Amino acid sequence: MQKYSIFNLVKNAFLNHENWDLAWKDPTPKEEYDVVIIGGGGHGLATAYYLAKEHNITNVAIIEKGWIGGGNVGRNTTIIRSNYMHDENGLFSEFGMDLWRKMSQDLNYNVMFSPRGIINLAHSDAQMNAYARRGNSMRLNGIDAVLLNREQVKEIIPMADFSENVRFPIFGGLMQPSAGTARHDAVAWGYARQADSMGVDIIQNCEVIGFDVSAGKINGIRTSRGNIKAKKVGICVAGSTNILAEKLNMTLPIETHLLQACVSEPVKPVLDNVVTFGAGHFYVSQSDKGEMVMGGDLDGYNSYAQRGNLPTLQHVLTEGIAMMPFLSKLKMLRTWGGIMDMSMDGSPIIDKTHIDGLYLNCGWCYGGFKATPASGWTFAHTIAQDRVHELNAGYSLNRFNTGHLIDEKGLGTKTWIS
Amino acid sequence: MLYINCPHCGMRSQNEFSYGGDASVKRPELNKEVSDQEWDNFVYNRKSLRGKHLELWQHISGCRQWIKVERDTATHEIFRTFKADEEVA
Repeated sequence: MQKYSIFNLVKNAFLNHENWDLAWKDPTPKEEYDVVIIGGGGHGLATAYYLAKEHNITNVAIIEKGWIGGGNVGRNTTIIRSNYMHDENGLFSEFGMDLWRKMSQDLNYNVMFSPRGIINLAHSDAQMNAYARRGNSMRLNGIDAVLLNREQVKEIIPMADFSENVRFPIFGGLMQPSAGTARHDAVAWGYARQADSMGVDIIQNCEVIGFDVSAGKINGIRTSRGNIKAKKVGICVAGSTNILAEKLNMTLPIETHLLQACVSEPVKPVLDNVVTFGAGHFYVSQSDKGEMVMGGDLDGYNSYAQRGNLPTLQHVLTEGIAMMPFLSKLKMLRTWGGIMDMSMDGSPIIDKTHIDGLYLNCGWCYGGFKATPASGWTFAHTIAQDRVHELNAGYSLNRFNTGHLIDEKGLGTKTWIS
Repeated sequence: MLYINCPHCGMRSQNEFSYGGDASVKRPELNKEVSDQEWDNFVYNRKSLRGKHLELWQHISGCRQWIKVERDTATHEIFRTFKADEEVA
C-alpha cells in the first residue's frame, strides 16, 4: 500500500496527482470467507481492520448494501467523549479514547482528531450535584473530569446566555477536557483503506437478503450478488438491525428511530468546545470550516426515513437559542437525518447470539460514532475468540432478561421519549 | 409535519400528539403463570418493522385520548387511525 506522507504528496503534486493508488479495491465476492461482516459503516470497517490487525484473520468480507460510510458514520455530529458514569460505558469509551488518540498514526490517515473538550451545562443545584457524582465516577475510572462553576463556564463560553432572568440559568458544568471531535468520513475511509490493504474484501452495492442457518449454526448469507459461505458472520448495521433480525426470526430490544442534525452557514471561530444544554437535548460544536454543528432529540416515532421532520428541528433549535442566543442570527445551511438503533436501556449490544457463529453489534442510540474504534476492537475480539472481551461483557444481549441493564440516562425502556 | 386524523377530533398536526410506541404489543395476562421470555417480549423486544406499523399516539394537546395509527415507517404515510379500543383487522 502506498504510504500517505508529505513526501508522497509533494512527489504526486509534480505528477498532477494522477498516479495515486485507489484507496480500496472493488472485488467480486468470493465463494467463501472465514468471517463476513454485514455493514460497511464505521463499526463494520473497524471490525474488519481489527480482525486483520489484532487476530490475523484476513479472509474477511465486508458486505455493504449501499456504499461504505454512507450511513450514520457519514451523518453524525462527530463528537468523541467518554463522560459516562457507569463502569461498563466509562471503561469501554475510555479504551476507545486511547484508540482515537493514536488513530491518525495507526491508520496512516489524518482523521483530524481534535480533543477540544466537552462541557455539559447544569441549570440547577440538583444538576450540579448529579454532575459532581458523575465526574467523580469518571475520575475513579481514570477519565478526566472537571466540575466548573458559573464563572469558570463564562470564561470558556462567554457567548452563552448568562443573563439573570432566563428560564434555565447556567449554574456551572461538567467538562471532559480530553473529549473532542474528528473528521467522520476520514475514519471510515482510513479503516477501509487499511483493511483493504491487509486483504479484506470490501463489497459494496450488495444487499443481504437472507441467512443460511442449519442446526443452530450459521453457514453463510444470501445476497443480491449471490450466496456467500462463511464460518462466522457479524452484523453491525445500526438502524437496519431489525430488518436483518426479522430474517433470522429474532426479535431484539431495539427500535429504529430517526435522529436529525444540522449545520449553520460558516462563521469565524467562536466556539472551541463541544457544549451541551442541560435542560433539554441540544449540543453544538464548530467545525473546521466554521459551520455550527447542532443536534438534539430524536423525531420521536419509529422511522426508517433517513430524513427529518421540521417540528423536531424547531424544538431542538429553540433549546439552542435559549442556550446561545447568537445562534438565532445564523442561517441554516444543511439538515440531515439518520436512523438509529435505539436499545431499550440506551446502551449498546456487542455479543454472541443463540446461533453459532453469528455475532451482533447494535443498539448504539445517539453515540455510535465515538464508539467506532472500541466497538470494532471488541467486536473483532468477540468474533475471533468466540467469546466476549471484558470490555464488552456488560453489553450482553441477555441483560434484558437477567435485569443487568446499563441505564445510563435513567430513561427506562423508552429511550425514544424526548 | 405529520397530519394525524384523530378519530375523536379530526385532522390535526403532529404537534398536538405524543408517541406511545408499538400498538401490537400485548401485556401478559394477569391470572396466569408468565415466563421470563413473555415478560421480555412485552417490556423490551420489538419488531420495529420497516413499512406498515401499528402504533399508539396520544392526542395530548387535544382530547387527550390514546389512539391507534397505522403508518408507514419508511414513507411516513398514514393509512388509517382507530380508537384505542377498536380491534384492528
